[in-house]
Amino acid sequence: MADAKYFSTTKKGEIHELKLELNAVDKSKKKDAVKKVIAAMTVGKDVSPLFPDVINQMQTDDMELKKLVYLYLINYAKTQPDLAIMAVNTFVKDSQDPNPLIRALAVRTMGCIRVDKITEYLCDPLHRCLKDEDPYVRKTAAVCVAKLYDISAELVEDRGFLDMLKDLLGDANPMVVANAVAALSEIQELGGKPVLDLTLGTVSKLLRALNECTEWGQVFILDSVVNYMPADAKDAEAVVERVLPRLQHANAAVVLSAIKVILRNIQYIGDESVRTALLRKLAPPLVTLLGSEPELQYVALRNISIIIQAQPSVLANDVKVFFCKYNDPSYVKMEKLDIMMRLVNERNIDQVLLEFKEYATEVDVDFVRKAVRAIGFCAISIQSAAERCINVLLELIQTKVNYVVQESIIVIKDIFRRYPNRYESIIGTLCDSLESLDEPEAKASMVWIIGEYSERIDNADELLEQFLETFPEETAAVQLALMTATVKLFLKKPMEKPQQLIQLVLTYATQETDNPDLRDRAYIYWRLLSTDPEAAKDVVLAEKPTISGAQDSTDPALLEELLRELGTLASVYHKPAASFVSKMRLAVHRADDLAAAAVRGSQNGEPEMTSVVVVEASQAGSAPTAIAAPAAMPDLLGDLLDVRAPAGAMSAAPDLPVVFGEDKGKGVVLRAALTHAADAYILQMSVCNLSMDVPIEGPLLIQFNRNALGLAPASQSVSLDAVLPGATAVVCVPLVQRQELVAPDQGQVLQVALKFPRADVGVLYFASPIASNVHL
Amino acid sequence: MSVSAILFLDQRGKPVLQRDYRGDVPLAKVAERFIAKLNELEETGGAAPILLDGSLSYLYVQYSNLYVLAVTKTNVNAAATLVFLHKLIEIFKHYFHELEEESLRDNFVIAFELLDEVMDFGCPQFTEAKILSEFIKTDAHRMAVQARPPMAVTNAVSWRQEGLHYKKNEVFLDVVESVNLLVNSNGTVVRSEVVGALKMRAYLSGMPECKCGVNDKVLFEAQGRSGRQKAVDLEDMKFHQCVRLASFERDRTISFIPPDGAFDLMTYRLSQNIKPLIWVECQVDKHSRSRTEYVVKARSQFKERSTATSVEILLPLPPDAISPTVRTSQGSATYAPEKDALVWKIKNFPGGREFLLRCKFGLPSVAAEEEAQGRLPPIKVKFEIPYYSVSGIQIRYLKVIERSGYQALPWVRYLTQAGSYEIRMS
Repeated sequence: MADAKYFSTTKKGEIHELKLELNAVDKSKKKDAVKKVIAAMTVGKDVSPLFPDVINQMQTDDMELKKLVYLYLINYAKTQPDLAIMAVNTFVKDSQDPNPLIRALAVRTMGCIRVDKITEYLCDPLHRCLKDEDPYVRKTAAVCVAKLYDISAELVEDRGFLDMLKDLLGDANPMVVANAVAALSEIQELGGKPVLDLTLGTVSKLLRALNECTEWGQVFILDSVVNYMPADAKDAEAVVERVLPRLQHANAAVVLSAIKVILRNIQYIGDESVRTALLRKLAPPLVTLLGSEPELQYVALRNISIIIQAQPSVLANDVKVFFCKYNDPSYVKMEKLDIMMRLVNERNIDQVLLEFKEYATEVDVDFVRKAVRAIGFCAISIQSAAERCINVLLELIQTKVNYVVQESIIVIKDIFRRYPNRYESIIGTLCDSLESLDEPEAKASMVWIIGEYSERIDNADELLEQFLETFPEETAAVQLALMTATVKLFLKKPMEKPQQLIQLVLTYATQETDNPDLRDRAYIYWRLLSTDPEAAKDVVLAEKPTISGAQDSTDPALLEELLRELGTLASVYHKPAASFVSKMRLAVHRADDLAAAAVRGSQNGEPEMTSVVVVEASQAGSAPTAIAAPAAMPDLLGDLLDVRAPAGAMSAAPDLPVVFGEDKGKGVVLRAALTHAADAYILQMSVCNLSMDVPIEGPLLIQFNRNALGLAPASQSVSLDAVLPGATAVVCVPLVQRQELVAPDQGQVLQVALKFPRADVGVLYFASPIASNVHL
Repeated sequence: MSVSAILFLDQRGKPVLQRDYRGDVPLAKVAERFIAKLNELEETGGAAPILLDGSLSYLYVQYSNLYVLAVTKTNVNAAATLVFLHKLIEIFKHYFHELEEESLRDNFVIAFELLDEVMDFGCPQFTEAKILSEFIKTDAHRMAVQARPPMAVTNAVSWRQEGLHYKKNEVFLDVVESVNLLVNSNGTVVRSEVVGALKMRAYLSGMPECKCGVNDKVLFEAQGRSGRQKAVDLEDMKFHQCVRLASFERDRTISFIPPDGAFDLMTYRLSQNIKPLIWVECQVDKHSRSRTEYVVKARSQFKERSTATSVEILLPLPPDAISPTVRTSQGSATYAPEKDALVWKIKNFPGGREFLLRCKFGLPSVAAEEEAQGRLPPIKVKFEIPYYSVSGIQIRYLKVIERSGYQALPWVRYLTQAGSYEIRMS
C-alpha cells in the first residue's frame, strides 16, 4: 500500500539512480525501482532511456512485476522499436505458459505493441491462443485479432484470422462469442467493408448467446444485431421476441441497445396491433432510464428526443415524467425542456404551462430563458392556448427580472407574427419595460414591434428616437431592425418627425457604416422612397407569411440513421456518425442508403415524379427546350425585398457544364447546373448515354450532401424516359430549401449522388458549384 | 465502438492516472484540451457530460475530486461507456474503500492491473468487483500461489465464485421503497412515483437456486387469481443480471443464482397516484418589508399504526434572512445559514398527526438587486417509515434450493422512505 511514495523522487540524476536500482541484486529493490519508473511515466516524465534495464525484468514469476514491465513496454516500444525485439522471446514463451492468465496477458499485451517487427512474431502465438482450451484466453485472443487488423489488415486476411474469428461466433462459451462479435464489428469499422455477414443463422446464434454473456457482451451483440435486415415480418418478430426480455436488464446500455434493435425490427412487422403493443412496452423502460445517474439521463433524454420524433406515440402520455427536479443538473433540465416542448398538446398544455412558469422564476439564467422561449413556443404551436400563454408572459414581465423581460419580448414578437391583430393591446405593457432592454435580440424585437405597430403607438416616433440615439453603437441586427422600423414609421405616419429620423438613419447607414448589408439595405430604401413611395409601401408593408410553430425537427433521412445509432455518440450529438468520425465508411453507407430509400419509396406507393424532356438523339449539350417552373416557394425575405427575378432569366437553360465526364469510364456523361426560377431552385441535368447498345432507364435516385443553401431534392426519385444509346435527355430536378440542412461550412458547392438503375453505371458522385448569381 | 483511453484527472485537469488502450490519440495533449473545452463550455452554460472537440469525444463523470474521463475518436456506444465509467468507480471503491486522488496514487499498481482487466482495446470486458478481487489482489491478500482466472470470468454465472461455505445459511431481503413527490406552489401534486428495490444480502453456501415470488398483478391475472389477494401493478421491473430474464418474460418467475453478499435483486417503479405520506404546507405572511413569518403545518397521512422516523423538513429561507426565531409543537428546528434553510427534525412522527412550526425573521430594509432574487428553492422532506410498504408489495415466498439440501433462513423487512420529495414554495 501507500504507493504514493514512488512518486516522490523529483531530484536531478533520477534516471541514473533508477538505472542503478534496476540493476541491483536485491529482488524487492528491483521491483521498487520498476514501480518508481512506472510512477514517473504516469506523471508524464520521459523514462524511455531505461528501456533495456526495464525489459530485463520481464522474465519473472512475479505476476505484478510482469504486468508493470508490460505496461512500460506498451508505452515505450514505439520509441525504441529495435530494443523492443528483445521482448519477443518472453512473449512467445509466456503465450505457452500453463497458467491461462499469463497466456492471455502475453497475447493481450503483444497486440498493444504497435511495432511492425513485433507484429510478425505475434501471428503464431495468436493462432495458438485462438484455439486455446481456456475460454479466458480465447476471448482475449479474439480482441487481439482486431488489434492486429488495426496494425496490419493484410496480415489478418493472409493468415486466415478473419475466418478463425468468424468460427468463434459459434463458440460454446458466450463470452468468447461476444468478444468475437466486438472484434468483427471493430474490424468492419476499421476496414470500412462488411466482414460480419448477418444471416438469420448467425443472428439466432448470437441471440442465443445473449442470455448467458455479461452485460457488455450483451451490448456488443445487440449493437451488431441492429444491422441485421430481417427478410420478412416473421424474422423480425422472432428477433424482437428474443430481445424483449433485455428491457428488464439493470444496465441502462443494454436497455437502450435492446430498444434500438426492437425499433429497427418493428418497421418490418406488418401487423398494426403487434406494432402498437410493442411500442407500448418501450415506454416504461425509457421512463426508468430517467432515474439513473445524471450522465445517463442525459444520454437517455437525447435518445428519447429521437425516438419520439420517429414514434410519437411512445411517450405521448408521459409528459409529467419530464418535469424538472430542482436539483437536476442544468444539462438534464435543458434536455427535459426540449422533450416537454415536443410532447405538449392541447390536453396537457395547462399542466405544462404551469411548469414552464415555475421554471421561469428559478435562478439558473439559461434555464429561465429557455423556459420563457418554451412558453412562446406553446403559444405559437397551440392556438387554443395562445391567450393563456400570453397571460403567463405578461405576469413574468411584471416580475421586472431583467433577463425574463427581455426574453419575453423576443417571444412576444413571434406571437404577434403568428396571430396578427389579436393581442396588440398588450403593447402598452411592453413599452413600460423599454429602458431595461440591453440585449441585441430583445432590442431588435422591441424595435420590430414598434415599427410594425407604429400607427397604434402614439409616441412611436419618440420611442424610436430614444433607440436611435445609440444607433452607431448597436449591433448589426439592431441597426437593421431600427432602419426598417423607421421606414415603416415614415410610411405609416409621413410627418415631419419621422422624416427627420429616416434621414438621420439613412445618412448614417449609407455614409458612415462599414457593414455592407446595412449600407445596401439603406440604399434600397432610399431609392424606393425617393422614386416611388407607393412601391415602397408595397414592399415594406407587404403582408408577411405566417410563421409556423413546428419545433426543429430532424431531417427524415438523418432520423432514420440515428434510430440505428441509438445509445451511440451520434445519437447524443444528433449528427450522423460520418460528420465526426474521420473514416472511409461514408461512400459505402451512402450507396446502401440510396438503395434502402428506393425500397421504402416503392413501398409507400408511387413517389412524386419529376418532369423530363427528352431531346432528339444528338451529342450532349444542344440547347434544351424551356422547362416549366415548379411550384413557387414561400418568399423568405418577406417584407424587405419583394423583388422577383425577371421572367426571362430562368426560361432558357444555358449550356450546362460537364460534371461527370467520359474519362470516368462509366459510359455516361453528366452535365449539371444549379439555377433558379420563380423563387425556387432547380438542378438542371443532362444525361448522355455513351453506350453503343444499352439504353438507360429511369427512375434515377438522387441525394445531396448538406450544403450552404440547405438544398435538397423535392423527391428522391427522378423519372427518366429511356435514354437510347447515343441520346441525351435533359432532366429538371425541383429542389426545396430546408433550414435544418444548411451547412455553411460546406462552401459554395453542391455534392450530389445519383444512382442509376443500370448496375454497370451504379452510383455517380459529382459536385456542382453554387454560382453566386444563383442566390435568391 | 471503442474507447481510446481512460484518464483520471484532478480538479485542475492534471492527469493522476491514465491508460491508453488504442494508441490513436495524443494522450499528452488530451487532458489539457479536455479542461480547456470544459471551461469554455461552462462559461456558455453548455457543459454536458459528453463533449465533442474536433474529432475527439470526451465522456466523463465527476467523482469526489476527480474527473473520470473516457476519450474516443469513434462513434462509441455512449450509454455503455458512461455505465462503464460508473462501474469502474464502483470497482475502485470496492478496492480502495474510497476513490479519490490520494487513494488512486496510493494504489496505482493495482489500479493499472484493474484497468488492464476491465477493458481491452477499448471494449469493456469484465466489471464484477467481487470476482476481480479473486485474481487481482491487494498486497495484503496476495498469495504465494499464482492466481488463475476464476471460472466465473468466462462462465455463464459470471457473478458468483464457486465453493462458498457458510455455517449458517441466511438470506436477508429488504424491500426499500422511495417516494418521489413534486407538489406545485398551489398545492397540487404534479408528480408522484414510487421507486422500489429488493435489496438482498445472501450468505449462502454452494450454488443455490433461488426463486422469489411477489404479489405481481400481471402474474396474478395470468393465473386467474386476481381479486382474491391484493396485487400491485409494477410498471417497470429491472433485474440484476443474475435473474433469468427469459424465464421472467415467459411466466414472470424470478429465478436466479445470487451473487455472494449484498446486491439489488430487482428495482421497480409505480407511478399510480398515492396520497403524499407527509404533507407540508407553508404559509408566508409578510407583515412588513422587513418582517416575515412562516406558518408551517406538517401532517402525516398514513395509518396510525405506522410511525415515520428521522423526519427532517428543510424549509428554505431567503439568503439574507436576519435572526430567525422558531417555535415548534414537536421536534426541534435550527437555522442552518450554510443551506439558507431551517431544518426541522422530528424523531417520531406517528400516522394521522399534525405538527406546527412558526418562524419569524427579518430582512434587510435595503432590498437586494431585483435580479438576484430568484424564487426560493422547494421545501424538501426526508423520512423513513419502517415495516411499511407504500405500494403494498409483498414477498410471498423466497425459496432456496441447493444440492447439499440445507435449509436457508430468509428474512424479509419493509421500509418506505422519502426519495426526491419536493414541495414548491409559493
